[in-house]
Amino acid sequence: MEHHLPVLLIITPLVAAPLCVLVRQRLAVFGLSLTVCWATFAMAIMLLVRVLDSGEITYQLGGWSAPWGIEYRIDTLSAFVMLFVSGIGAIVLTFAPHSIAREIREDQHYLFFAEYLLCLTGLLGIAITGDLFNLFVFLEISSLSAYALISLGAREGVQQTRRALIAAFHYLVMGTIGATFILIGIGLLYMMTGTLNMADMAERLRAEVQINRKLMDVNETRTVLVAFAFLSVGISLKMALFPLHMWLPNAYTYAPSVVTAFLAATATKVSVYVLLRLIFTIVGASFAFEKLPLDTELMVLSLIGIVVASTTAIFQTNIKRMLAYSSVAQIGYIALGISFASLDGLTGAIVHLFNHALIKGGLFLAMGCLVLRLGSAELDDLRGIGRRMPWTMFAWVVGGLGLIGVPVTAGFISKWYLISAALERGWWPVALLVLLSSLLALVYVWRVVEAAYFQDSPEQHAEVTEAPAAMLIPTYVLIGATVFFGLWTSLSAGVAQQAAQLLLEVTP
Amino acid sequence: MKEILGLYNYWVVIFLMMTGFYIVIARRNLIKKVIGLSIFQISVFLLYITMGKVTGGTAPILPAKHFTTGEDFQTFSNPLPSVLILTAIVVGVATTALALALIVRIHEEYGTIEEDEILEQDREP
Repeated sequence: MEHHLPVLLIITPLVAAPLCVLVRQRLAVFGLSLTVCWATFAMAIMLLVRVLDSGEITYQLGGWSAPWGIEYRIDTLSAFVMLFVSGIGAIVLTFAPHSIAREIREDQHYLFFAEYLLCLTGLLGIAITGDLFNLFVFLEISSLSAYALISLGAREGVQQTRRALIAAFHYLVMGTIGATFILIGIGLLYMMTGTLNMADMAERLRAEVQINRKLMDVNETRTVLVAFAFLSVGISLKMALFPLHMWLPNAYTYAPSVVTAFLAATATKVSVYVLLRLIFTIVGASFAFEKLPLDTELMVLSLIGIVVASTTAIFQTNIKRMLAYSSVAQIGYIALGISFASLDGLTGAIVHLFNHALIKGGLFLAMGCLVLRLGSAELDDLRGIGRRMPWTMFAWVVGGLGLIGVPVTAGFISKWYLISAALERGWWPVALLVLLSSLLALVYVWRVVEAAYFQDSPEQHAEVTEAPAAMLIPTYVLIGATVFFGLWTSLSAGVAQQAAQLLLEVTP
Repeated sequence: MKEILGLYNYWVVIFLMMTGFYIVIARRNLIKKVIGLSIFQISVFLLYITMGKVTGGTAPILPAKHFTTGEDFQTFSNPLPSVLILTAIVVGVATTALALALIVRIHEEYGTIEEDEILEQDREP
């Protein structure tokens, strides 16, 4: 049983999803998916403990040994990613019932749970697998269910909600282009190496090959260069790296609040994980950063992304859209950390994956509470809400402080690592820009605080009351975690540092 | 010249890929976008199948005897890319199905599947 933990982690939500469709009965389906999500979280914790204890775990699916069979390979980074993906999956689902009762048509609830579990399966599968094609399949499982989840935001007869359909459609087109790019890249790599197992592929890419009577490394061939280009563009699209983020704002704005909270906290983060795997495990950092200028490219794009997206966020009138643009900026911070290619930078990037998942998850859950009571996420409707829904708004403000990166919140830890990595390289303008962009975050967070606490609420909201405890508790678990991991960093930053060390050592 | 002709399959792949990609970007009709997306994906299937071909190799099925001449085959094409592509085809079908389902819903809500008209409707508050 213990031995089969890796595959159980994937199989449990995967099997539960069709069960949800068969059972249909709302309460039973909710109970089933809730149990499955928390069980998955428990398994992810057990896996992380085992990995920290005894190092990398491998699992041969069906007993077919790698590189012929599909292999699950769990190191510190993948266990860490699975930990927060399954954790947030469980907490957000606990939050869900009241929120979806308002935002999703009742006869579609069982579909929501089924798609949610499928999406979770896909995201966990990406993190666990050691096989490149298997990764593509999981990526598509998670993406397809994400498109469907977003489209659930449209309810018949409610005109404002129909934009969810267009948002889902655009996301589908962009996401499929990205996935197909990834598929092309995988194909070209397979063409040159004859293997799909990542570890095996890494080895073979460093072997020598004779082309046109000239001896060269496999990773010097043009095919591998093209493969790398396709893969990095495809993954950047999936992780919404500026300027490939166009699908994200609408998708996050018009999706049901629960879906936004889950996707914002996990989906783009897992794509970053794929980028890390590609750079550090498969092609090697020296190939990506020394032979090719991926580090410069990532740095320039992420810095522009941080400034442009944060500035755009300031001018939004819809808070969900504002947070979506802030997400694009945060992805910029993560990409910036990767571009330093140093221990501090990489630690900052990995720990920000975790911290930002908590912060954005918490903020979007607080938005879910607001939308439940107000039926809108417009800034105008939020006026004076600080007095009517004090608990919700307090959670929002703490999350907002995390976004800015105020000390004692988790956001501070990530920025600390990023800035010290920049200073270590002597790139003080970069460090300055990171600080400056925190001020931009301060501006957009302040706009909400001002509306909520310093303006009078409009007449029609006189009856608004605090959100139910069943929603506040999960929100506070995530928001509390951002403060907790701002003070106690040995889990987040400690594990992230170990993961970064492993990644950098893997590279020759 | 021989090299150019020898890469015949790859030229077809590139042609289809760019055709599909262009349709996705340039067409404003949602159905046409989905058609473009499908062509784009299918070109990749062809890429995979092409790379599995081994010169002089036969289908990887045992027994390896020609059914009339009884000649023994020694080389086989690589079956793995074709198997991979079966999976990718399933993914492609699912994507197309989901996209078409979304278009049905969009048509119900907006009464049109032209992107420009949809955006115009959304602009009016």
